[in-house]
Amino acid sequence: MALSKLSSSSSLSTNILKPLTNSFFLHRPISTDTTPLTIETSVPFTSHQCEAPSRSVETTPKELLSFFRQMATMRRMEIAADSLYKAKLVRGFCHLYDGQEAVAIGMEAGITKKDSIITAYRDHCTFLGRGGTLLEVFSELMGRKDGCSHGKGGSMHFYKKDSGFYGGHGIVGAQIPLGCGLAFAQKYSKDETVTFALYGDGAANQGQLFEALNIAALWDLPAILVCENNHYGMGTAEWRAAKSPSYYKRGDYVPGLKVDGMDALAVKQACKFAKEHALKNGPMILEMDTYRYHGHSMSDPGSTYRTRDEISGVRQERDPIERIRKLILAHDLATEKELKDIEKEVRKEVDDAIAKAKESPMPEPSELFTNVYVKGYGVETAASAVGCGWTWSEKLNNRKSDGGMTGDVCYRIYTIDSYKAVRYLQTSWQLAMCSAPNGGPPLFLSLIFRLFYCHVAQLIKSHADKRHRLIVVSLPASQATFKL
Amino acid sequence: MAAIFLGVGAATALSPSNCFDSKKFQLSTRRSLSGRKPWFLVVRSDGSVNLGSNQRSRRTQQLITNAVATKADSAASTSASKQGHELLLFEALREGLEEEMDRDPHVCVMGEDVGHYGGSYKVTKGLADKYGDLRVLDTPIAENSFTGMGIGAAMTGLRPIVEGMNMGFLLLAFNQISNNCGMLHYTSGGQFTIPIVIRGPGGVGRQLGAEHSQRLESYFQSIPGIQMVACSTPYNAKGLMKAAIRSENPVILFEHVLLYNLKERIPDEEYICNLEEAEMVRPGEHVTILTYSRMRYHVMQAAKTLVNKGYDPEVIDIRSLKPFDLYTIGNSIKKTHRVLIVEECMRTGGIGASLTAAITENFHDYLDAPIVCLSSQDVPTPYAGTLEEWTVVQPAQIVTAVEQLCQ
Repeated sequence: MALSKLSSSSSLSTNILKPLTNSFFLHRPISTDTTPLTIETSVPFTSHQCEAPSRSVETTPKELLSFFRQMATMRRMEIAADSLYKAKLVRGFCHLYDGQEAVAIGMEAGITKKDSIITAYRDHCTFLGRGGTLLEVFSELMGRKDGCSHGKGGSMHFYKKDSGFYGGHGIVGAQIPLGCGLAFAQKYSKDETVTFALYGDGAANQGQLFEALNIAALWDLPAILVCENNHYGMGTAEWRAAKSPSYYKRGDYVPGLKVDGMDALAVKQACKFAKEHALKNGPMILEMDTYRYHGHSMSDPGSTYRTRDEISGVRQERDPIERIRKLILAHDLATEKELKDIEKEVRKEVDDAIAKAKESPMPEPSELFTNVYVKGYGVETAASAVGCGWTWSEKLNNRKSDGGMTGDVCYRIYTIDSYKAVRYLQTSWQLAMCSAPNGGPPLFLSLIFRLFYCHVAQLIKSHADKRHRLIVVSLPASQATFKL
Repeated sequence: MAAIFLGVGAATALSPSNCFDSKKFQLSTRRSLSGRKPWFLVVRSDGSVNLGSNQRSRRTQQLITNAVATKADSAASTSASKQGHELLLFEALREGLEEEMDRDPHVCVMGEDVGHYGGSYKVTKGLADKYGDLRVLDTPIAENSFTGMGIGAAMTGLRPIVEGMNMGFLLLAFNQISNNCGMLHYTSGGQFTIPIVIRGPGGVGRQLGAEHSQRLESYFQSIPGIQMVACSTPYNAKGLMKAAIRSENPVILFEHVLLYNLKERIPDEEYICNLEEAEMVRPGEHVTILTYSRMRYHVMQAAKTLVNKGYDPEVIDIRSLKPFDLYTIGNSIKKTHRVLIVEECMRTGGIGASLTAAITENFHDYLDAPIVCLSSQDVPTPYAGTLEEWTVVQPAQIVTAVEQLCQ
């Protein structure tokens, strides 16, 4: 409190300096200021079976400005996605998160990248918060190669393994047991990290939630179930779907906290509190009271089950970005113009990302077949367990490692010494065999699974079309009995 | 049935003159040269032990010449073997599981009553005492969520083995298995692998009723991204269990309620079976019989009758239900030109139906007769013993089918 007084008393002096510091090229010191600031949340927390955390949240000017910038990016991204969808560049389902940005941002501020987050299909902003880039988002939405899932997932399947974002799930509620499984793995590996499993008020009525919650409470898992209550399960209002809309109390023996989900600082406080709690006492439920401006998805206008007045009312009174803007201006951390400049920058970033994403190519046809299985099948397991005595020795007829390009396909040629390995390899899928009788040119004798009787070039080409890893095996002729 | 099968081997004497003709038994030649360790060790009544890779063909000779010997002579096979140890199928599964848990601390087991109770079929008996409650987890009765939790844990790198007390219960987890287990590797663009094993007993048992006699392999077979294997002997049970645990792909291991007490001698050394490979049970010339799990034993019983009647069936235990080992199957078809599929799935949409389609697509030119597929009737399994017997394929029906096929 003292600090905020200090900043307001210095506002007079900074007012004089403002025109100079408005210059675009001068570093404004406050944007990197880490002087702690204490701000009260909009409403107190309501708790169930636990002590509510304090209403006063520690933050810094730097953090508030980063909130603003990131939320502005998220908002702009979602609105751009709206336009892209209407321009038919994004197809299928597109669930937009605008209005709910405070939940994603506040959560990130309260945890680390080692903690895991898993959510449902409204995942664009959560992905961005976890470290995803705008290019990856737009490319994935448009089904391009540069997308985070290489164009194979789509709007509902964003993942980022290296920063603990586990998706991105289309089936309502199915991510909750997955989230408890992530928490189980964290407990198993003694990581001292937690998992946040997000779901909506519609999913709160799924049986698997209660099943998973029971197991998590029994096994003391560091799982935090977060209900993003935007009051509508697609077109059904919460009072029509849930007998008891107090989702934070639904855990019964599991403690719960109700949080104003439009206040990023409250979300941050709640998530920090929940993390400490979960590491010591097991699972917890957080209910984020939030709101989405768009309909459930792009095919839902969003106005048949609620009034436009309601939507604009929330936008005026509870908008998360406006809240942060007012805070920043009240504490004089930046001027209006600077904030507008940030928004302009953000808009430009988003437009640039869209332009770049539009240039990104569609995935190759061969990508249809990649990543269905992890390569190798029984091959590597065989080698490791049985002591097959094989090595990927890159000799072929005493020549150095043979590999090369035929057309635009890479192939490698390996020599395998042991028959066990050969037998296993034979039944693997994307494998061709050949035999080199007494050092002569390779002779193709047998192939697997539909590729009988192909010649080398044809073989490589056909594999190339499917982008399979091509392994051509050479064996001494005396052992070559694989005749068709 | 199994006892009889094993007994036949034990009752006959080793005969060195029964060396096979290398040209005739091409496939077995290949197998023996592959250096595979003998998978079936037979202790003879004369005390000598049959070793070496000519195992299978020798036994086929014995079957042909001594086909009338149906009396189980297991009492005679008590002389100590020089290699391997004898155990029951569920013990073999447990051995495989234990070895893998020893080897890799990421392997854990979750399921109903797997821990303190020891498993409803005793597959996990003693493991909870050895590895503790965090590695052998008793779950509440919540298949959907504990399968989901297993998949979530697998996403981070753990290797859980989820046990369904009965395969039929896993229908409750179908969403998790289909959408998350099978598809996550693809929809995440390869970021996540799901090295999970889902296993449990299925199939028609002894009057267990309709809901507890389900064959889920037909329901799961279209799920992209999973592998399915069915074990039928202690040897391949242990081998497939180990391979499934080590595999980076999600694997569903189908066991059968009636096969848990099969006894066999398995090698002492560590071995695993290839997940995508079929097993040649009995090489032959006239007809290829493709089967898996419990029907293998019905087929072998029918094979004895067939041999008496002068037929020479080739029996292949396909083992890998997804993907099919079309290499072994194809080679066999090219030799015999006739196919009979004997399975325990329902006729509609079963494994046999898919296999028929796959064979027709790939080997149509080699077939001299239409593929015959013997499956269970498309009915819920009745309780009454006689009715239940006629739900599944019986050896007599197999014999008739082969006779018709070979006309």
